[in-house]
Amino acid sequence: MEWVNVVVQGTLLGGLYALFAAGLSLIFGVMRLVNIAHGDLIVLGAYLGLSVTTVLGLHPLLALILVVPVMAGFGYVLQRGILNQTLGKDILPPLLVTFGLSVIIQNTLLETYSADPQKMNAGALETASVSAAGLSVGLLPLLTFGTAIAVIATLQWIFYRTALGRAFRATSDNPEIAQLMGLNRRHIFGLAMALALGVTAIAGIMLGIRTSFDPSIGGGRLIFGFEAVIIGGLGNLWGTLAGGVILGVAQTIGAKIDPGWQLLAGHLAFLVILALRPNGLFPRIDG
Amino acid sequence: MPDPLLSLCGLDAFYGDFQALYGVDLQVAQGEVLAIIGANGAGKTTLMRSISSLTRNRAEMVRYRGEDIGALRADEVAARGIALVPEGRQLFPSLSVEENLIIGGQIGRKGPWSLPAIYTLFPILQERRHQQSTSLSGGQQQMVAIGRALMANPDLILFDEISLGLAPIIIKDIYAALPGIIGEGMSALIVEQDITKALAVSSRFYCLQEGRVSLEGASATVAREEISRAYFGVA
Repeated sequence: MEWVNVVVQGTLLGGLYALFAAGLSLIFGVMRLVNIAHGDLIVLGAYLGLSVTTVLGLHPLLALILVVPVMAGFGYVLQRGILNQTLGKDILPPLLVTFGLSVIIQNTLLETYSADPQKMNAGALETASVSAAGLSVGLLPLLTFGTAIAVIATLQWIFYRTALGRAFRATSDNPEIAQLMGLNRRHIFGLAMALALGVTAIAGIMLGIRTSFDPSIGGGRLIFGFEAVIIGGLGNLWGTLAGGVILGVAQTIGAKIDPGWQLLAGHLAFLVILALRPNGLFPRIDG
Repeated sequence: MPDPLLSLCGLDAFYGDFQALYGVDLQVAQGEVLAIIGANGAGKTTLMRSISSLTRNRAEMVRYRGEDIGALRADEVAARGIALVPEGRQLFPSLSVEENLIIGGQIGRKGPWSLPAIYTLFPILQERRHQQSTSLSGGQQQMVAIGRALMANPDLILFDEISLGLAPIIIKDIYAALPGIIGEGMSALIVEQDITKALAVSSRFYCLQEGRVSLEGASATVAREEISRAYFGVA
């Protein structure tokens, strides 16, 4: 039973990692951009949530109503203003520019909020739990996991059932010919980044309710996100959820064996999968 | 001649340091079908790309409906009613056949072409509409590429090597469908290797040689020797 519990907790933790990863996966899928600042953007989302909750006295989940559109708007401006200029045949410029962005975000957060760890107060939600079949599961992890499923299902729906998703896929397939369909590539990429940062805002707030955070933790969240994306297979959103769950379960199993092994176990699981299936478990099958 | 629909004035085109077109002048009248012929590397595809703004031009080099459109983005040119059926079809592999057609119509221009009209023209596409576009045969893919361009209800449609790599019987089918496509008052530019086919469907032609117009004239009356000379550059 103890081990069942470990796997259940790990699975739920995987939901958070999938939320970290979904934005990365989306951006890479649409414009082949590897966003090194993604982890710091998650932390930025958490801090914006903190500001909204302290200034307006809102519950962190209600803060989403404000933080998601603000982050999405920031994403559009960021893409149109800076990142579009870095995209081209060479993959190095976007890496360097987003690395620089990561440094800027970290230091701005440091200046604004100091290096002290902060936490959002979600009241009773933090400790509430449900019990079933001898297992006790926290309501917050359960909610996070449910959110991850909802977010990925929504992204999947947008990608495969809407005009915007068609535009995303066409632009990703062949950006030049997509322009002939009247699609302005710069605008489409802006919308993709807006969507990705909207999801990132959700990830940031879920993170900020679950644990304490400070401006320096972005790098670690980026790594978890990357690992989840690569385990699941690039460009496959449900695969990303599976990747997050595998990473989460590996970490909780590691922590169960020895509390110091949590991170190591996650990285080892990632390395093993990378060695055996370099394209991830569920790579996108295309033409 | 009344104001042409499209006119190119001294169009130059470059790929880096390489100049592909030298001062090309060309006019297309409303409802006219023009053929562009020439050997490989003569600049035919570059000409299509320049008109579509896939290569950078100076504004005044491409004039369309009295507006200098040479410096516009490709999506802005498309929105004004110029559609390209690109060489090698270039369908979107992650979109189904029907999605490839729908995205062609996303520009939202009004006109006779819609999904049912395309399916009437190419019934096989209706049968295959949920398949991935890359799973079709070459000829069917070409039908999708033509349909995708028509869905935009363009005033000027550019066909770049639509018979390249297709079986002769398929080429015959596609050329049989062309008059029905262009008959609706649309103008067309047809780039084609097969000179006989190109001359048969067009009223006028331009022959390109090493990036320059080496001959232009009426398709029906031109002498074969004249074309050979303009085509290969032998005196």
